[in-house]
Amino acid sequence: MTQIIIPYITQKQIAESISNGKRLDGRGLTDYREIQVEAGIIESAEGSARVRLGKTEVLVGIKIEVGEPFSDIPNEGVLTVNAELVPLASPTFETGPPGQEAIELARVVDRGIRESKAIAVEKLCAIPGKKVFIIFIDIYVLNHDGNLIDASALAALAALLNTKMFKYQVKDGEIEMKPGYTQLPIRNHPIAVTLAKINEKLIVDPELGEEQVMDTRLTMAIENDGKICAMQKGGSGYFTTQQILEATRIAQEKSIELRKLMVKG
Amino acid sequence: MPRKTTKKLIDKNGIRADGRKPEELRPTKIEAGVIRNADGSAYIEQGKNKILAGVYGPKEVHPKHLTLLDRALLRCRYHMAPFSVEERKSPAPSRREQELSKVITWAIEPSIFLEQFPRTSIDVFIEVLQANGGTRCAGITAASVALADAGIPMRDLVTACAAGKVEGHLVLDLMDVEDKMGEADLPLALMPNLNAITLLQMDGGLTTDEFERVINLALTGCKQIHTLQKEALKARYIAVKKAVEKQ
Repeated sequence: MTQIIIPYITQKQIAESISNGKRLDGRGLTDYREIQVEAGIIESAEGSARVRLGKTEVLVGIKIEVGEPFSDIPNEGVLTVNAELVPLASPTFETGPPGQEAIELARVVDRGIRESKAIAVEKLCAIPGKKVFIIFIDIYVLNHDGNLIDASALAALAALLNTKMFKYQVKDGEIEMKPGYTQLPIRNHPIAVTLAKINEKLIVDPELGEEQVMDTRLTMAIENDGKICAMQKGGSGYFTTQQILEATRIAQEKSIELRKLMVKG
Repeated sequence: MPRKTTKKLIDKNGIRADGRKPEELRPTKIEAGVIRNADGSAYIEQGKNKILAGVYGPKEVHPKHLTLLDRALLRCRYHMAPFSVEERKSPAPSRREQELSKVITWAIEPSIFLEQFPRTSIDVFIEVLQANGGTRCAGITAASVALADAGIPMRDLVTACAAGKVEGHLVLDLMDVEDKMGEADLPLALMPNLNAITLLQMDGGLTTDEFERVINLALTGCKQIHTLQKEALKARYIAVKKAVEKQ
C-alpha cells in the first residue's frame, strides 16, 4: 500500500498544535468528529448500516447463511468478519485480496464483537453439530479519512442491531424457512475507541493526517458495563503505563457517548 | 437466503411484477460528486440497484510496464459487495466480474480523449452495493458521470440500459427476476450525441424483428437516462460554483 503524502509543514503543524492542546480542525484532544449513522440502507442484506465519521465513510452489510458449526463448538452459530478496502475509497487502496491493513481492521472489529459476546451465538444453532447459522459481517470502506476501526465497529454494531433473522423450523433434519423475521439476538453493544499518541499527548479519533503523524495508536473495545473486552496497539511507537491508564479512562468515557448514538433510550 | 416466488412476471394487463408498464424505466436517481477522496464520482439508484463509481486519474501508471506511450491507459473494475445479493458473494472477483470489467472498459474507452494523457492511467472503480439486475448498465452510466465529474475531457457521455423479452412481451430495463426468468436480455451502451453504440451483449432468443425492436427500446431507455446524467452533472456544478463563491 502506498502512503498518502502529507506535506512536512502540515505534519509539523499537526504535531505542534496538539502539543498546545488543539487540533487543526478545531477539535479538542478527546473530541470525535461528527458522527452520522444510517441503518437499513441495503435491502439485499439481512442487516446494514452506514457510518460517517467526519469524512470517513464505512458501509457494513450483514448476510446470514446456513452452514456447519466448528467441530469444537457444535452448538453455536459462527461469526465471520471481513473487511474490503475497496480502491474507490482512497488513492492508496489497491485491487486484490485483502492486505494486512484490511485484515487487521476486520480482526479488531471481530474481537470486539466476539469477546463481548454481543451476538447470542448459542441461539443460532438449528441442528447441533450439523446446521448452524453463519453471520457474515462485511465491512466496506467507502471513503478513507482516518480511524477506520472506530467507524467500522460502529457500523458493524448498528448493522447488527438492524439485522433480521429468519424464522425457521427443523423437519426431518432439514431447515425449513417460515415466513417472517425476528430480531437477531444481541445482548451487548461493544464500542471501539481508538486513541493516537502524538508528541506524548493522547488524542481520540485520529483523522488521516494525524494518523500519518502519530507515534502509535491504541484501540479498546468497551462493553455496556464499561469493561474492556478487546485491545489492539498499532504502529511502532510506545505508550507508558500512565498513558495506557489514561487512555482507558478516556475510552470508557467516550464509549458511553458513542453508545448513545447506537442504542436509543 | 432466496425465497421462491411463483408470481407471474407480467399480468394480463401487461403490468410487470413491480408495477411498471413494459416500456417503462425503473425510478432512477443519479448524483455526482459523492466520494471526497476520488477525483470524480457518482452514485446511481436504478430501482433497487445501488451503485457507486469512483475515478482516479489521470495519474502515474502502476505497474509501470503497462504504460502506453501514446495515450492513457483506461482501467475499469466492476465489483460487487458481498452483501449486494441474496446469497453472499465472495469478495474475490468472479469470472463474471472480470468479464464485465473488460466490456465496461471497452464501452467507456471511446468516449475519452485518452491521447491527451500519454503515459498515465485513468482508473474507474464501480462498486455494486445492491444488485437487482442491469448493474453493468447502471455501472457504466454512473462511471461516465464520474469521469465527467473528474473533469476528464470526453467526446460524449456514455449511457447504458438493457431491454429484453419476458413472457412474450418486449420490456425495457429488466430487473433481476425478469433477467433470470425471461427469454432474452440485451444490455446496450450508447454515446447519445454521436449515436454510437459502445456495448452490446445479449443472451436468450429473439427473432430478427424482435431484436430490432429490443435495440430501439434500449435506445429510448438510454435517452431518458442521458437526461438524468446531464441533470446530475448540472446539479454538481451549481453546487461547486456556490461553494466557490462562498469562499
